[in-house]
Amino acid sequence: MDTVVSRAGLWLALLLLAFAGAALAHDGGFAVHMGIVAFAALVGLWWTVGSADYAGIAQGILRTPTDPSRYDDDPVRWGMIATVFWAVIGLVAGLLIALQLAYPLLNLEPWFNFGRLRPLHTSGVIFAFGGNVLIATSFYVVQRTCRARLAFPGLARFVFWGYQMFIVLAASGYLLGVTQSREYAEPEWYVDLWLTIVWVAYLVVFVGTLARRAEPHIYVANWFYLSFILTIAMLHIVNNLAVPVSIVGSQSYPVFAGVQDALTQWWYGHNAVAFFLTVPFLAMMYYFVPKQAERPIYSYRLSILHFWSIIFLYIWAGPHHLLYTALPDWAQTLGVVFSIMLWMPSWGGMINGLMTLNGAWDKVRTDPIIRLMVMALAFYGMATFEGPMLSIKAVNSLSHYTDWTVGHVHAGALGWNGMISFAAVYYLVPRLWQRERLYSLRWVNWHFWLATVGIVFYAAAMWVAGVMQGLMWREYGPDGYLVNSFVETVVALHPLYLLRAVGGSLYLIGALFMVANVWLTILGKQRVEAPMNEAAHDPAADRPIVAVPAE
Amino acid sequence: MAIERPKKPAGKRIDEPTGTETVGHEWDGIEELDTPMPRWWLWTFYATIVFSIGYVIAYPAWPMIREGTHGVLGWTSRGELAREVARAEEEKGPLRDAISPLPIETLPSRPELMRAAVAGGRAAFKVNCVQCHGAGAAGSSGYPNLNDDEWLWGGDLRAIEVTLLNGIRQPADDATRTSLMPAFGRDGILTPARIDQVADHVLSLSGKAQGDVAGAQLFLDNCAVCHGMNGAGNREFGAPNLADAIWLFGGTKEEVVQQISTPRHGVMPAWSHRLDPVTIKMLAAYVHSLGGGEDFVEVAADPAVQVDERP
Repeated sequence: MDTVVSRAGLWLALLLLAFAGAALAHDGGFAVHMGIVAFAALVGLWWTVGSADYAGIAQGILRTPTDPSRYDDDPVRWGMIATVFWAVIGLVAGLLIALQLAYPLLNLEPWFNFGRLRPLHTSGVIFAFGGNVLIATSFYVVQRTCRARLAFPGLARFVFWGYQMFIVLAASGYLLGVTQSREYAEPEWYVDLWLTIVWVAYLVVFVGTLARRAEPHIYVANWFYLSFILTIAMLHIVNNLAVPVSIVGSQSYPVFAGVQDALTQWWYGHNAVAFFLTVPFLAMMYYFVPKQAERPIYSYRLSILHFWSIIFLYIWAGPHHLLYTALPDWAQTLGVVFSIMLWMPSWGGMINGLMTLNGAWDKVRTDPIIRLMVMALAFYGMATFEGPMLSIKAVNSLSHYTDWTVGHVHAGALGWNGMISFAAVYYLVPRLWQRERLYSLRWVNWHFWLATVGIVFYAAAMWVAGVMQGLMWREYGPDGYLVNSFVETVVALHPLYLLRAVGGSLYLIGALFMVANVWLTILGKQRVEAPMNEAAHDPAADRPIVAVPAE
Repeated sequence: MAIERPKKPAGKRIDEPTGTETVGHEWDGIEELDTPMPRWWLWTFYATIVFSIGYVIAYPAWPMIREGTHGVLGWTSRGELAREVARAEEEKGPLRDAISPLPIETLPSRPELMRAAVAGGRAAFKVNCVQCHGAGAAGSSGYPNLNDDEWLWGGDLRAIEVTLLNGIRQPADDATRTSLMPAFGRDGILTPARIDQVADHVLSLSGKAQGDVAGAQLFLDNCAVCHGMNGAGNREFGAPNLADAIWLFGGTKEEVVQQISTPRHGVMPAWSHRLDPVTIKMLAAYVHSLGGGEDFVEVAADPAVQVDERP
């Protein structure tokens, strides 16, 4: 009873605080955000003091299996649902802004113009879709590979819900025009503070679970997850150092200025690619690929060397976003050489993933989940070759500010991050809900082909668009004068923008197959179809060691 | 606490399909092979490191207390830019030197210079002018079409150059083209009913409406002083020709009424503050070449003092 009273008191205090914030707000955006916080506090209060068994009702809706001796998988299950949900939001926003670029008429002022939807798309796919799949899989993998239940289960739940709160505040802020205009770090100061709290809690849960492990060694996937959590904390805090205009307002000014500010931003921006979109997704690869292929990891030595070389080299590569700018030449050189040295360390992950299939290559033909993983690793390899190449000054002077960069990012994001995440979702959902198999493996196959063809359309269109754009910008006539005006390059891009939208639609349709497949699997249905191969699962072995009573 | 470990698969073993030994650890069923690093991978990694060491010796790289090292090649990005610009300037130098002293109206007598000036003007137009006048110089509502032969302030080379140099309605420029049409409606000079009559008369000049005598009289009293008795316009004031099919702010009844009631006035920057005189000459040559350029007619003995901008 005491805990109920103190919890209710906490919710009430938060509710009153949010109300006060909304009432005293300096601007509309802040007021709306405090309203959202107040609403969340109200729901929390209701949940705490209400007499109904809300947890039981939620379990019923989500069809959650209960077994206290097993791993603590509730936050993972919620994370899977959140992953699939935000994937659709992020992809729809992406398709919409692709169409806006082709047809400016689709800019619906003021809430749905390109400037506001673009961060919604990038944050939606990176932080909402990517972040949820990373938090969920890290909770799943760390428990299995440590043979221990999550430390601080309450805190783990806070991490999940706190992170969703961050996403809602960030996304609604973009549409309201609340932004600090830093790419991939658009949320304003109070949302940044909130994320810092959530992230520290995440670190505590993860490290606590590692400390409780019943295995003598820490598995390689957990090295990658831990470096992701630690580095993102550092990047997030330094890049978001800002002074708010008002304690009840949604505006702030960064502490850095000029080229220092630009370098801080791109140190952050590039390492968001490194430590959010590369390192933890490699962690997923290191768990799910050997599990699905039922093969040992190709090389332990390679995993050590490429882990440490990635960690050491990646953090310095940010200046390559600022070649030929006001950034001093020595710092530009730093960005170039570290990017070039990154090539092999990045490929180490691809080699270790692909070569793990040695002895099981036949599964590429029979298992659509393996197929997703192989394609993900192939795109990872392509993108991490393209990255160092684009960092070479001569190439960069052509590619910079063009759609080539957009194509490069999407080869990585759609191909690598998307595909490996889809594979993890397909691996996890039947196991988390204790279903015999997915609703349909053949739908996974459909998803695979739609996504692959979609990426090919997307990336090819953007490569052509980017090179064409770069060449048109620098084209001089025989008299020594520029040949094209900017708007002429825009006109030339139009058909390629349409092709890009076609690719994006295919990718989105593939993701909708996943939504239906996950949903029907959770409901416990199975499609009647010719069987395809899937990795074996032994429910008896899937338990923490501490929970096994000495018989 | 008694922790029972599941039996490990006996530590190290030889993996059958690959024939490689495992490291001996196992996590949730995952083992690791003790494969050595692929040689090509390792050597390529070393090669990128060697390349990088060479690069940081050759190029500016090491931050010191005051500035970074310069690199043995002595390369700087600003130096490279300066070299490229200087080379381009050098290539264009003779041409610019040839154009610079010539009065613009004499350009057509030097076809090779005129051709080069048009090319340079086309490039400068794409950077500076397309934002308002459009990529094809066809203009849009409020922004004149430069392809036709209707000119607000004059369409010979000299007149276009003057317009470019001093801009339109630029208070900071003494020689700017400027004029102000009274706001007949907003300032209560004419009642709405009368504005309606004048608008009908204006439209009747190009056969788009039926005018009446009252409208014609109102036009004579209020508008003819600038736009001329028959509405043919006056370049001294930049007053548009109202008797043809070309409309700056639109030619519907509604738009004409709006322009009489609360006129809008176009502005253009005085480019002499932004571009060098030769580029402005080139721009004038390009605009003149678009199709509506008029011949320059000398009417005074000293062209610097008195120039007639009418054809």
